[in-house]
Amino acid sequence: MQEHDLSWVRTEMVLAEPAPLGERGAIAWVRKNLVGSVGDTILTILGIAIVAWILPQVINWAFINAQWTGPDRTVCTTAAQGGIQPEGWTGACWAFVNAKFGQFIFGTYPIEERWRPILVAILFAALLVPMLIPKVPRKGLNAILLFLALPVVSFFLLSGGVFGLPVVETPRWGGLLVTLSLSFVGIAVSLPLGTVLALGRRSKMPIVKLLCVIFIEFVRGIPLITVLFFASVMLPLFLPAGVTFDKFLRALIGVSLFAAAYMAEVVRGGLQAIPKGQYEGADSLGLGYWQKMGLIVLPQALKLVIPAIVNTFIGMFKDTSLVLIISIFDLLGVVKQNLSDANWATPQTARSGLVFAAFVFWLFCFGMSRYSMYTERRLDTGYKR
Amino acid sequence: MASQETLREEPSRGSLINDPKIRGLFFQTLVIILLFGSIWWIVNNVIDNLTRLHIASGFQFLRGRAGFDISDTPIAYTSDSTYGRALVVGLLNTIIVAAAGIVTATIIGFIVGIGRLSQNWLIRKICMVYVEIFRNIPPLLVIFFWYSGVLAVLPPPRESIHLPFGSFLNQRGFYITRAVWGEGSWLIAVAFVVALAMAWFVARRARQRQMATGQQFPVFWTSVALIVGLPVLAFLLAGMPLTFDFPKQSTFNLTGGFQLKPEFLSLFMALSCYTAAFIAEIVRAGIRGVSKGQTEAAGALGLRSGPILRLVVVPQAMRIVIPPLTSQYLNLTKNSSLAIAIGYPDLTATAGTVLNQTGQAVEGVLIMMIAYLVLSLVTSAVMNVVNARMALVER
Repeated sequence: MQEHDLSWVRTEMVLAEPAPLGERGAIAWVRKNLVGSVGDTILTILGIAIVAWILPQVINWAFINAQWTGPDRTVCTTAAQGGIQPEGWTGACWAFVNAKFGQFIFGTYPIEERWRPILVAILFAALLVPMLIPKVPRKGLNAILLFLALPVVSFFLLSGGVFGLPVVETPRWGGLLVTLSLSFVGIAVSLPLGTVLALGRRSKMPIVKLLCVIFIEFVRGIPLITVLFFASVMLPLFLPAGVTFDKFLRALIGVSLFAAAYMAEVVRGGLQAIPKGQYEGADSLGLGYWQKMGLIVLPQALKLVIPAIVNTFIGMFKDTSLVLIISIFDLLGVVKQNLSDANWATPQTARSGLVFAAFVFWLFCFGMSRYSMYTERRLDTGYKR
Repeated sequence: MASQETLREEPSRGSLINDPKIRGLFFQTLVIILLFGSIWWIVNNVIDNLTRLHIASGFQFLRGRAGFDISDTPIAYTSDSTYGRALVVGLLNTIIVAAAGIVTATIIGFIVGIGRLSQNWLIRKICMVYVEIFRNIPPLLVIFFWYSGVLAVLPPPRESIHLPFGSFLNQRGFYITRAVWGEGSWLIAVAFVVALAMAWFVARRARQRQMATGQQFPVFWTSVALIVGLPVLAFLLAGMPLTFDFPKQSTFNLTGGFQLKPEFLSLFMALSCYTAAFIAEIVRAGIRGVSKGQTEAAGALGLRSGPILRLVVVPQAMRIVIPPLTSQYLNLTKNSSLAIAIGYPDLTATAGTVLNQTGQAVEGVLIMMIAYLVLSLVTSAVMNVVNARMALVER
């Protein structure tokens, strides 16, 4: 009998075999993601058909056939319509946007005074960017500067009347300037006001609670237009005869109150998510109501609902476009107003102007939503149990 | 014993100022005084202002002659009708556009939402692009885009675009064939209602039987047969009382048929597209909220992918989907007030006109607010009933 030596033991791991050819590389990806089954293949063909139908048209319209510069409507109209383009031409009329760009950004703000909104924008950016980057220290000071000092400074810079700056009436403000200032003030007012309303709704005092519930549910039940109507038509009736205040300010009040009701519900969600032990812990330390809320509960609750708060901001940013109904000309309002300019009346003007406005709105909203997703991921680690 | 007696007494607080009860009472009294004070001040100012402007308060103005025309009138209305009737027309228009928008938005939203979870990379990306575009631009802009960017640059009536089923598309709107119901068509409606009732009854009995004996009954196909078959039968019995009114092209305009005006179309399309993006996200979150173990467990029980979706995933996903879906429906209804920007005569637009003509600002805004509140409450009440039926029944 021959003896076998079975004592050999493998000492190192076998290296993993590479995946079979059919499971890796581009072909496997295509097989898995595009042509997995008969139905999948049909869907892919359908998808390709949709893309092949839309994408060339969009690219042709927005880039290849587009007219970028020009003095007036002739560059964007066909020969039959009195222009220079060949028959059957369709393309974006960016020349229109180009010519009106200053108006789209500043409205009818006097040209020689436009350095003022630009300065405000620079200040805003200089304060906002460090606020958004988590690593930059001194958030408290930054927040005070951004939400308290900046609005005051901006107000005097924009409306003038002090330090020898000429007065610029609010009806002359317009465009992106109005959109941004409306939404910024809306944000700066609605967050604290919404927090107070949310606290009121959870208060133990029945009358305070009732008032907060009525306000929140009432405002959430009606459209913003109605609130703006209210602010522009009814508010003057509420004041003593002779007392009037600026239409822009009335719109600000309307937008802020509207946003505050939505913000209150978001903050309430955060308050409800804080375990009862936190409240009781604060009580047992002998903290008063405002100390308990300000030091223990709200910091945790607000942190928890940051994504929802940002979503409310996005909604409000989009909603500011509604002020054009009470004839305040924000970005969309100015674009809409300029569409009827006879000098630029072409079949492509409306599309081009509106696509430009949509792109600007989209940039801001998309940026905000990406930032909120980033914060959500960053804060996710802290609260998992 | 003595020490226990002292413990049972109210703990002394040192000063009344530090007693939370007293503080609460004081604070609430202050709030009430402030509230009534400002209400009194506002009411006084309003009365002052109204007398100064010679406007009589009250709702008598609703009986006055309106004197303005409305372009879309679901019920009979002329400029000789009353303000009240004008407001009713506006309310009906709001309801019509909101209901149509809700149905379309739900269909598009579910398709796109499911598409975002598809195995297919291309479909997933297309749906993502759709959602990211529409979620991030204002609804008003979408409405303007449809109105002045798409519908206004369509060819004039003489060069209308021909579409299937005898419909036409041009600057003045979308012309579709109108069905003209002749005599005896009430029979069809009755048959339809009877069929619905019978289908409901069959579904109930079938469920009872399945609970008792385990035998299944093809409820779906029976219902389809009933709901389609009975009205068709009634249609044949009544002697086919249906003719079609096709839109016809004449020299300058289209005549006949049913015209959907560009105002309605752009509002409807914009609300549907915009809200669908949000509904898609809700549906996606709902389906992803059902844990994978549920699908795998159903597979282990031997269910095929169709029944897994229908019996296991969708019922659980609906539970997550319905509450946020309700608030999207409410948002759509509220956003329909944007109609005023393009001149579709919805409630806000007609109330705005009435308010401008009569100067009855307080009453006008009040009517608007109450109407929207009621619409919101009705929608959420209906959705709450649906939600209660869907909710998890726990033992």
